Amino acid sequence: MLQVKTPKKGRVRRALEKRAPKLVENGKKTLILHGTKTSGVLNAVLTEIYNIKKGSAVKFSRKNENIKPFESGGETSLEFFSQRTDCSIFVYGSHSKKRPDNLVIGRTYDHHIYDLVEVGVENFKRMESFAYDKNLAPRIGSKPMIAFVGEGFENVEELKHLKEVLLDLLRGEVVENLNIAGLDHVYVCTSISSNRVFLSHCGLRLKKSGTAVPRMELVEVGPSMDLIVRRNRLPSDSLRKEAMKTAREQPKKKLKNVSGDSIQGKIGKIYIPDQKIGEMALPNKAKGIKRERREAKLKDQDNGHASKKQKENRA
Amino acid sequence: METSQFEIDLGNLFAFNPHHQFSSLPSSREELVKECLEKGTELVQAIANTLFNLPSTEDVDGPLVKLPPPTTRLPREKPLPKPKPPTKWELFAKARGIKNRKKDKISYDEPTGTWKRRYGYDRANDEENIPIIEAKITDEPGEDPFAKRQADKKKRVEKQDKNRLQNLKQAAKVGALPSHVQLAATALPITGTQTAPKKVTKDELVSVAGIAASATASGGKFDKKLPGEKPAQHKGKYRKFLPVVEGKGIGSQEKEQTEKVLNKLISKNSHEILNVDKAVTMYNVKKEKRKNQKGKSSATSSKLKPNTKPHKKSANKGSSSSKKGSSSSKKGSFKKTKAN
Repeated sequence: MLQVKTPKKGRVRRALEKRAPKLVENGKKTLILHGTKTSGVLNAVLTEIYNIKKGSAVKFSRKNENIKPFESGGETSLEFFSQRTDCSIFVYGSHSKKRPDNLVIGRTYDHHIYDLVEVGVENFKRMESFAYDKNLAPRIGSKPMIAFVGEGFENVEELKHLKEVLLDLLRGEVVENLNIAGLDHVYVCTSISSNRVFLSHCGLRLKKSGTAVPRMELVEVGPSMDLIVRRNRLPSDSLRKEAMKTAREQPKKKLKNVSGDSIQGKIGKIYIPDQKIGEMALPNKAKGIKRERREAKLKDQDNGHASKKQKENRA
Repeated sequence: METSQFEIDLGNLFAFNPHHQFSSLPSSREELVKECLEKGTELVQAIANTLFNLPSTEDVDGPLVKLPPPTTRLPREKPLPKPKPPTKWELFAKARGIKNRKKDKISYDEPTGTWKRRYGYDRANDEENIPIIEAKITDEPGEDPFAKRQADKKKRVEKQDKNRLQNLKQAAKVGALPSHVQLAATALPITGTQTAPKKVTKDELVSVAGIAASATASGGKFDKKLPGEKPAQHKGKYRKFLPVVEGKGIGSQEKEQTEKVLNKLISKNSHEILNVDKAVTMYNVKKEKRKNQKGKSSATSSKLKPNTKPHKKSANKGSSSSKKGSSSSKKGSFKKTKAN
């Protein structure tokens, strides 16, 4: 016999519905974690990534054993964490002699590993090491602009893959309406050589240009780093095909209180809230118009129409 | 500056310059960063050019722009939701052409003559609220109409629950279960731990019948056969012995066979039936071994002493009255004294 289990509280139901698969998805969340061994550089990198992704990121601060994304069986706990935290991008830091300052950026589809890119971090500069006008500091959660420079991103397979993953990681939420005044930061990625990418986070300064479009000026706000591509794993074709599916028609929002036909045209219903005359403030408070008195009087008149049934004493 | 040579995805505020290449890598880090930012600025300017030319609406905080949907295809994080399969009632209603009608929230309550809610607390025409049930001719004697009313309601609720579960099961089958619903087994299903029994094939049946038939003394030879049943196939060989008594035909076969084997053996090794060298060495080795044993016997016996246990020794004594047993016991006693 099967039992139907439903959440007892509305809050739980809403939380579950938030996680459910949707036609139009909410933005991807990022999980930031590290292995048993990290370096100072790596710790800083992970914190700064968390800082620039704040609001849509979860950071684990403890060591994590048994995470080896590229090896079979080493991804189980990652997938578990992805399910627990509802994150579909993860940034995993590890440090070893063979691969110093190692960063694995990966994505999941349906809480299973979709693809992986492994990069090494070099020439890392922290946010604090940049001096700039604090007015230019980007606000948390604002939509960033992303610029990719270099033919490497088109010709080299690994860089092409890295570009896609970085775009997914950095782009933030997909929005429909954008406040232009809110544009305040840019990520610039440049391919220096076939396996090296320079990533920099810049603030934006708008200058007058005489036309409607202001002149853009970039001010480095940090962090900035070099990424050296190490290993990567692309998704299988069938998985990619499935993950790229999109809904053909967007879900329509329910139109309320609007009706009509060809003869009448469009008719809208407007609800006006009850005018609470009794509660209106009066210039002078005479004894006769006091609420308690009025109500007592009404009660005396008829004891009938109680909206709630009175309890009867059953003999 | 040509914007056309850049790839711009306005939905993601993303621009890509696929043509840039460092002719020679700048020597210092500062120069490199400067050049990168320069190229980045070009791209950002290109984004801004298209962005600021989009139709905008003024808002309190600034101009609002409607962004086009992103053109860069990125993977989803979860699969597309599956459409919910129609319930049994929905299927039935569709087949019969039954359409949902909206009902008023309020309905007329006859016993009190007022308007009340249709459902829920203090509802109109509430069957359970009737204090007196009139007796009818059809009523069975000895039946409590109030209890019956309650039981009937319970049955209705149970039926509805069953239908709901059935529909949810159907939805779960196609993976369209609502996200907040979980179907859990209250008890372990018996069939869940075992695989469903397979249909037995004809060949398997025949083999089983054959095995069963072999239980009789005749190996199923004289069993009654069903119509169409073939005699049990006997796989594997019977061992056949040839007659030992000499004669003609089959009788001579046994002799021939053994002769053949013998001839083969003798002819093969005829030239080296006796390998003198080997025999000599074997003899020598044996002789040496014997010598060694004699010389070592005293030493080995002392070494072996700790292995012989007193109670075992006594058992030996009892069971075997041979010289060997007695000698061993003697040795044991000798050892004991030595140890003491």
